This record gives sequence, structure tokens and C-alpha cells, in this order.
Amino acid sequence: MDQNVIDDDAEAVAPHILPEAPAGEMTGAEIVIRALADQGVEHIFGYPGGAVLPIYDALFQQTEIEHILVRHEQGATHMAEGYARSTGKPGVVLVTSGPGATNAVTGLTDALMDSIPLVCITGQVPTHLIGSDAFQECDTVGITRPCTKHNYLVKDVNDLAQVLHEAFLVATSGRPGPVVVDIPKDIQFASGKYVRKENVRHKTYHPRLNGDPDKIRAAIEILRGARKPIFYTGGGVINSGPEASRLLREFADMTGVPVTSTLMGLGAYPAASDQWLGMLGMHGTYEANNAMHDCDVMLCVGARFDDRITGRLDAFSPGSRKIHIDIDPAQINKNVRVEVGIVGDVAHVLAEMVRIWKASKAQIDPAGMADWWRRINSWRARDCLRYRRSETTIKPQHAVERIYELTKGPNTYVTTEVGQHQMWAAQYFRFEEPNRWMTSGGLGTMGYGMPAAIGVQKAHPEALVIDIAGEASIQMCIQELSTAVQYNLPIKVFILNNEYMGMVRQWQQLLHGGRYSHSYSESLPDFVKLAEAYGVKGLRCDKPADLDATIKAMVEHDGPVLVDCLVDKMENCFPMIPSGRAHNEMILGEVSEETIGKAISDEGKMLV
Amino acid sequence: MRQPTGSAYFMEEHHEPVTPHTLAILVDNEPGVLARVIGLFSGRGYNIDSLTVSEVSHEGHLSRITVVTTGPADVVEQIKTQLDRLVPVHSVLDLTLTGRALERELMLIKVKGKGEMRVEALRIAEAFRARVIDATVESFVFELTGKPDKLDQFILLMTPLGLIEVARTGVAAMARGSEAMEG
Repeated sequence: MDQNVIDDDAEAVAPHILPEAPAGEMTGAEIVIRALADQGVEHIFGYPGGAVLPIYDALFQQTEIEHILVRHEQGATHMAEGYARSTGKPGVVLVTSGPGATNAVTGLTDALMDSIPLVCITGQVPTHLIGSDAFQECDTVGITRPCTKHNYLVKDVNDLAQVLHEAFLVATSGRPGPVVVDIPKDIQFASGKYVRKENVRHKTYHPRLNGDPDKIRAAIEILRGARKPIFYTGGGVINSGPEASRLLREFADMTGVPVTSTLMGLGAYPAASDQWLGMLGMHGTYEANNAMHDCDVMLCVGARFDDRITGRLDAFSPGSRKIHIDIDPAQINKNVRVEVGIVGDVAHVLAEMVRIWKASKAQIDPAGMADWWRRINSWRARDCLRYRRSETTIKPQHAVERIYELTKGPNTYVTTEVGQHQMWAAQYFRFEEPNRWMTSGGLGTMGYGMPAAIGVQKAHPEALVIDIAGEASIQMCIQELSTAVQYNLPIKVFILNNEYMGMVRQWQQLLHGGRYSHSYSESLPDFVKLAEAYGVKGLRCDKPADLDATIKAMVEHDGPVLVDCLVDKMENCFPMIPSGRAHNEMILGEVSEETIGKAISDEGKMLV
Repeated sequence: MRQPTGSAYFMEEHHEPVTPHTLAILVDNEPGVLARVIGLFSGRGYNIDSLTVSEVSHEGHLSRITVVTTGPADVVEQIKTQLDRLVPVHSVLDLTLTGRALERELMLIKVKGKGEMRVEALRIAEAFRARVIDATVESFVFELTGKPDKLDQFILLMTPLGLIEVARTGVAAMARGSEAMEG
């Protein structure tokens, strides 16, 4: 018997139209649509089900908001993330109760870790059934409490509009993040008053935007006395908006300080600049990590001293005076003690720093800086991203380099899945502008890239959106190809197929004596045929000589494309700071097998 | 096996002295707010030694949570900032840092015994200014208010005298002086 034929659904079918709301009132479902429209929402990503049918009915009867039907709720959350990350606007998700909500949990956690503004509306069983183990019931607010910035269960239709506006406020201001609004089905049917967003003020939530002037002045003084300074920037610069990126460029320009960035911050500072050192951290460049280790003043802008960045904590940049700008007070002194912690929005604080620097005609000691740049250039001379070329097999690094060369421009957006291909994309694709790079940093969610690309493409219909993928990750949300086809979104999925979960295999090689336990991608589908089955153009490429032609064909095709690019199976991702090591103990590429085997100590093997 | 130290993954390896801290947290009295606070402690591996919560302003819709936690100074500072960024939290105050904060706890304690033991229990109760709030021919229930260490001491003395049950409220605390905690 069909399990879905149950009372709850039957009840939903009975009233064919929503009950008419009394004059001056609306139904809860109409309030949802009205609030979204008031918030300027144009697109929502969702999947219907029993507990959200009234909202879907209200969606059906309007034209302001376009709904994108996904194939799995995880896909909806990643699409909303891509949408948000590429526009700076909140991404909106609509899912049903129970499995709809639990399937969204991965994306919500991902958005929490990477500070992405999402508003996720979940249906819930009717109020009187909550707690009765009703069909498709789960404790959504309980489950999502630790993986959202905030969440709400609406128990009175007259609170609904206020809660929705608050949800947008909380999601988009301060340190952005995901907010869940759980709406029982009876609340969606009930009639109540609508409140406009202008009338909503929050009682307790008032994030601070301006930094403490004394601390900003103290930071400027420290910077002024530096001889070996560095700017370590992160996703907070992107989240703060385009003005923050502009100010970062201006400040770097007027001080002459070298700039490195986390994975999340790529694009905030242009890769074309002479002052750009490349990404830092576990797979960062030799020059960035050595400069971090040896600097005497570190200005951290909108980053959070993540373990992928710091490596061994007690050896992290031992001689530097540290300044940290973050909008979230809890990030300051969390992993690394800093001398000056400035709580505030990056753009606000940088504007003040630029102003003071200009007004005081400050300058960093030119002799010291010249010496510092000489050292940095000696590290650069190691050419740490060099790799062994091949005429016969496609090197994954080479593939990314070619994608970059053939697609670069301000209208190109790149998303990734998670693993080696993600790191190669971060290393070899060069970003000049913010909001062009969408990747799952904090949570490391395989399956993120393709749905994220769909979200980006929806927000930027004319853009070239490329998901640089791996053959293992792509299979985690492969069903969303169908969404791309349905909405005619011409995303380009470029799979670097090495038949392994490459990063797992690399760690097994480094840490576990080359015992490749369950990391081989057995029984792979024929990706070209799979693409064609979905109505997507499929291409395959296995020779270096064909690479450019394949990339061009991918870009030129007017519609979604999936490329199965067969690359070197055993290539490792270097440079690398082995676990438990310091920034100046990197292993570079082109090392012997023996060195690789000994790269990580027994202690390091305990780490993730 | 020896744990690697100084790595990002073993941040819990603190060798600094740990001290108890009493935190006062003013929150909006809304459903789930206690779960948020407790979830933060369990999710991030912080200790809770005691926790009390009650509404303190019906009109203002405010509750006050008092948490006693133990940790090195930087971890306690981290707990405070993490609590502060929860959306329904109005303010957080580390009372231990404000100087000799006032701390009181209420305890009910049941002691069962006969003869000399019973007399002795009553005598100690008087010395501690504990009140008898229930009595049978072979038992007492005492009510005692005071600092947690006074309560601990009372329990210690009652244990050989027939202590059979203890209920404690946890600490309620407030800073001395004329200033109110900001809301």
C-alpha cells in the first residue's frame, strides 16, 4: 500500500481552495508569500510536501516569486547558498516537514560554517499533532538548533509576519547565517494580521558595525611600526560586500603590504596584483605560508584562524603582533590570542583605517619593506605550484589552468565540490573579483558544487558558471542535473575524473601506508551517457591534446554540459602542510615516494 | 598513545589553572531558549557545574539563567562571547570577575535516624540555621540556604547521621553594589 495515503494528506486535499481570509487579514500561507515579496525575494528553491501544501497553493496564485523545483532538499540549500554567495542577497529555501527538513540539515550546517545568509521555511505538522509522532513529523527546531544561527517555531499566525522579517534580519546582518522558520500547517491555513518589515525591530539582536576607535588607532600604530607585515583576509571581506573588497585593495595599495587569503576569501583581493601571495593554509602557497610564519605584524580581516589555516597552533606565526577584525566577537581569541581584537564590520573598520592612514600620512619603513619583499620573492622563486607535465595523461592542475585561461573574465563564476579538485581549483584558477568563487569551506560538503552552480546561474542568467568537480563528489547531488535542464540553466560541470576519492586516497598514501581502503570509485557510471539521459550534453576528454577543444565546446554549447575529463589517477595535491606541522614545514610537489611516506609523524596521523 | 599537543585538534589540552566562574545570563523568555544555552555548552564541550533558570520580569518577558562553569580564563571568556551572540540573549555577565559576587543556593535534605543520631542532626541543623520543614518520629527534612560550600559542609556532616536524600536548586547570584545588570 502506498504509505503516503494517510489522513494528513487527505485533509489537505479536501479544501480545494484556501479559506478566504477576513477583511484586513491574510492566511498564513499568503503572509509567507507577502513577507518574501516585501523582503525583495525573487527566487526560492524548494520541494513540496504535505505540510507545505497551503504555501505551495499560495505560490501557484502569484507571479512575484519564482520557485525552482529541486530534486532533493540538500540541493535546494546548496542552490540557495550559491545564489546568496554570488549576489550578497539571502538565499531562500522552502521544504516540507520531516524528511524535507532533515534533508536540508547538511546545507544549513554548511551555511552556518561558511556564514552564508539563508532563510529556510519548513512545513510542520498541525500544532495539535506536534509531539504525537505524526506522519512526517520531526522536531525541526530541535534538530536545526545547533546548525542554524537562529530558528523559530511559529505557533500563532499573528506572529508569522514578524518572525519572517526577523528571520531575514538575523540571516543577513552581523555574521550572516542560516535561519529556519518552522510553520505548522494549521498556521498556514489560519488568518491573521500582516506586519510590514519596516515595523519590525529586534529586542535583543543588534550586531555592532563600527569598530572601537581606540582599537582601530592602536592597530594603525602597530601596523605603522611593522617591518614584515601581512594581511590575512577571509570570507568576512566578501560577506561585508563589494565596498569591503574595494577598501581592502585601497588599504593594501597605500600600505604596500602583501596579501594572502583563506579559501573562503578568494577574489576579495585580485590575484593579478603584485602584492597577492596566493591562498594560505594546508594547501596554500609556499610564499603565503612562510610569510605568515615569519611576519612581525599580522592583520587578520574577516577570517577565523581555522585549523586548516593555522596548522600547528603553538608554532603558528610565533613572532608576530596580531590584529583581528571580525564582526563576530566570539571569533576573537578563540583559537589564537591576538593583541588587538576589533569587533565590527570589515567595510566599516577598513574605511576608518584608510581614513586614519591617509590623514596621518603614515608609511611603513621602506627599508624594512624592501627587505621583506626580497624574502617573499625568494620564496616565490620556489614556484611551489609547479607540477610535472605530461604529454600522455591529463594532469588535473593543467586542466584547471586551461579552464582558467579559456574562460577567465568578470562574468565567470566557479563552484566546486570537495576534495583535491577543490584545492586545485583554488590554487590554479585566479580570481580578480569577489562573489565569483563558491565552495564549501568549513563543512567540506561533497555534492555542494553542482547545486550551488544552479543557484549562481539562476541569479546571473548571462554568466558562465562552471562547477569544477570530482567523480565521487558529483554523484552526491547528481540528480540536480534534472533541475538545470528543467529551468534551462546552462551550467558547465567539469569532472576531474581520477577514479578515486582523491583527497582520501592522498591521505591514505601519506598516513596509512598506501592501503587504499574503500577510496576507489568502483562501478562508475558512464558520465556522458548519464548526462545525456538527463538531457544534458555530455563530453569526454582523455588526452592533453584534446583538452582545449573540449573546454571550448563546453563553453560554446548553449545549455548545460557535463565533461568527464579523465586525469592522472595518482596525482597528489601539493604544496601541503602535513598535519601537526608548522607553516614553514611544508612539503612541496616533486618529492620522492620515501619523503611522502615519512611526511607525517605518528602524532600527525592522529589528526584530521 | 601520547596525544600530540599544540595542534589545532586538541584545543582542550589546557594546562592553565581552571577556576569556577558564575555567569548571569539575561534572556528573552521564549520557547527553546534554555535548550539553546545548554546545547551551546554540550556542543562545544564546556562544563556546567550548576544551572538555574527562572522568569524575572513577567512584563519584560525576561528570564535569568545562572550558570556555574569551570575552565581556564580564556575558555570562560569564550563561553561568555559564545553565549552573548545567541539571538535571544540580552546580556551576559561573568560575576566572578566583578568581585565577591553574592551567591546563594537552597537545599532540602532528608535525614533518617533515631536516638542520639537524631538529636545530633538537629543540633548541627541549628548551628547551620537550617529549618525543619517536615518531621516524622524517625526523620527530618531540613531547609538550608547559603553559599554552595556551606551546603556541601552540611551534607558532609549529615552523611554519617542518616542522610538519605538531597535536593539542591543550584546557585542564584548577583553582583554587590548599587548597579543593576544591564538588560
